[in-house]
Amino acid sequence: MSDALLEVRDLHVEFRTRDGVAKAVNGVSCSVDAGETLAVLGESGSGKSVTAQAVMGILDSPPGRVTGGQVLFRGQDLLTMGAEHRRRLRGDRLAMIFQDALSALNPVLTVGAQLAEMYEVHQGMTRRDARARAITLMDRVRIPAAKDRVGDYPHQFSGGMRQRIMIAMALALEPDLIIADEPTTALDVTVQAQVMDLLAELRREYDMGLVLITHDLGVVADVADRIAVMYAGRVVENAPVRDLYAAPAHPYTQGLLESVPRLDRKGKELHAIKGLPPSLVNIPPGCPFHPRCPRARDVCRTDRPPLFPVAPGRSSACHFWKETLDASRS
Amino acid sequence: MRADGGAVLEVRDLVKHYPLTRGVLVRRQVGAVRAVDGVSFDLRRGETLGVVGESGCGKSTLARLLVNLERPTAGRILYKGEDITRLSGRALKAVRRNIQMVFQDPYTSLNPRMTVGDIIGEPFDIHPEAAPKGDRRRRVRELLEVVGLSPEHVNRYPHQFSGGQRQRIGIARGLALRPEIIVADEPVSALDVSVQAQVVNLLERLQDEFELSYVFIAHDLSVVRHISDRVAVMYLGRLVEAGTDAQIYDHPTHPYTQALLSAVPVPDPSVRTRRDRILLVGDVPSPANPPSGCRFRTRCWKARRRCAEVVPPLEVPEAFRESGGPAAHVSACHYAGERRVVPAGDVGDARDVRGAGDAGDVGD
Repeated sequence: MSDALLEVRDLHVEFRTRDGVAKAVNGVSCSVDAGETLAVLGESGSGKSVTAQAVMGILDSPPGRVTGGQVLFRGQDLLTMGAEHRRRLRGDRLAMIFQDALSALNPVLTVGAQLAEMYEVHQGMTRRDARARAITLMDRVRIPAAKDRVGDYPHQFSGGMRQRIMIAMALALEPDLIIADEPTTALDVTVQAQVMDLLAELRREYDMGLVLITHDLGVVADVADRIAVMYAGRVVENAPVRDLYAAPAHPYTQGLLESVPRLDRKGKELHAIKGLPPSLVNIPPGCPFHPRCPRARDVCRTDRPPLFPVAPGRSSACHFWKETLDASRS
Repeated sequence: MRADGGAVLEVRDLVKHYPLTRGVLVRRQVGAVRAVDGVSFDLRRGETLGVVGESGCGKSTLARLLVNLERPTAGRILYKGEDITRLSGRALKAVRRNIQMVFQDPYTSLNPRMTVGDIIGEPFDIHPEAAPKGDRRRRVRELLEVVGLSPEHVNRYPHQFSGGQRQRIGIARGLALRPEIIVADEPVSALDVSVQAQVVNLLERLQDEFELSYVFIAHDLSVVRHISDRVAVMYLGRLVEAGTDAQIYDHPTHPYTQALLSAVPVPDPSVRTRRDRILLVGDVPSPANPPSGCRFRTRCWKARRRCAEVVPPLEVPEAFRESGGPAAHVSACHYAGERRVVPAGDVGDARDVRGAGDAGDVGD
């Protein structure tokens, strides 16, 4: 594990809210190797975006606060390093793509200026050189007539084009790792396909690590190598994508896969997971999934399951992972 | 499948243009956004008609026209043979009782200052003949139970509920007057998958229980396939293809439908490499200035000169008229051709389901 590009160890994040302390992230551990695509899958409130923000150091704090754990980037702990050092890594070695490009881009600066800024600030380029690089970059993410559009403002682009500009900005300094938080959720499906294709292609070309944060089981199946499933601020299953889809080893993962309607066949009734995700202010004791779990027994209500190793590179936080796995294989 | 023939709603050449004006004192019309531009279909009793399309295709405008929240620029909507687009006053009110709507966003479609009981009971204030005054409280509690919420929650406010629960409240309100038709505009797109499945199941159960006909509008093609008996695909204000779910998903003949289906990610990593992917270039043109002829031609790999000159009618393409089979359904393309783009999943399982579906749909 020591050669991992990014390794998150037992990360904890809390938010102070009016209703009490919301435990958004409760001991997340995961890692990404160079050139690997890790999908972090979860529903709203599972802590997937907060984890990404804590890794990038852009958590809203207050009210948010990292209360424990390590984030090792090439072995260096980002959480303990100086703010200036961390700022230099950000953008240069690790970059982020956000869901909503319209609010992530500055509306009063041209896209060219925002792209060029990366080179001016990090590499000390002259304005003219930086602008030329910005145009090359826009070409690279296939924005038509980049030369003419470099002076346009974000609102003059369509949703798909704006997302390409965000990708361009993340790629500008050829980072080692990109964290993409729901990069295509706001886009139509034909545009989503274009953008995901571009992202996957560029990832291969630059041999970057990619952390893809998403709620879409379809997108994960399309692009990811490995997947970490999150529930109530924890990783509940961690596995190579093919293994997980073939036979999930956690009842939550199993429930998710069964509750998705399929394009390629018409099922009868969908298997819904009963109940609702827990409130982060009041997470159930033991396994946080037990109130909704069809396999829950007494031990699940009292003992928090750790991530049990299931196979090399695969783990599940379920006391009954073995019977879950056997059941999903049959 | 559940449908038993007769049409409850007949939509004919429906058009909705929003004028674009210029000038402050002297406003003159300089153009129009052609949100819906000549849409025709039938909704049969007890069936679910899915309408799919990307943002800006006019599907939400269509929903608003169907429930009479907007007046069409032209065209007719016949409910039991009567054109409801020209009705007003009492006659319109009577029709509205029978055609209800469920909205997309459960956060903005419920009044935050009203209790759940008042929200679900409000239709009874507007249509007092639907329930005698003394009976309303009981009816509201009953409705809460029907949609799977606790009747004890009748005095709570919307913010005390989760997204999925709020959508159930919206559905209960839609059901209050016992309508025949429910138009649902993206009813589950704001919900997480595990909750989405609960609401989809609820809608299906209610359909059987109350013999409802649904127009189910959504951008998620997987959800639409799951819930729909027939599916219509919309692009820039027009229907481009329509048929049973098996005809559209397994035997699409319009290039746009094919591209749309091929772009949907399938939750199965094993099909990753063997999928037929069609990547469209460019964006959807503006509905204020749609392309001549076929509106999809600017992004279509099959486009030829004829596509720019002649608007392709929505009819069964000549090539399939003789042969019949599942490809013989209406498709607005001059060069319609079958292309299979949805990969077969777990082969055994999927075949069974598809075979059954085809057998049931042949007479359609």
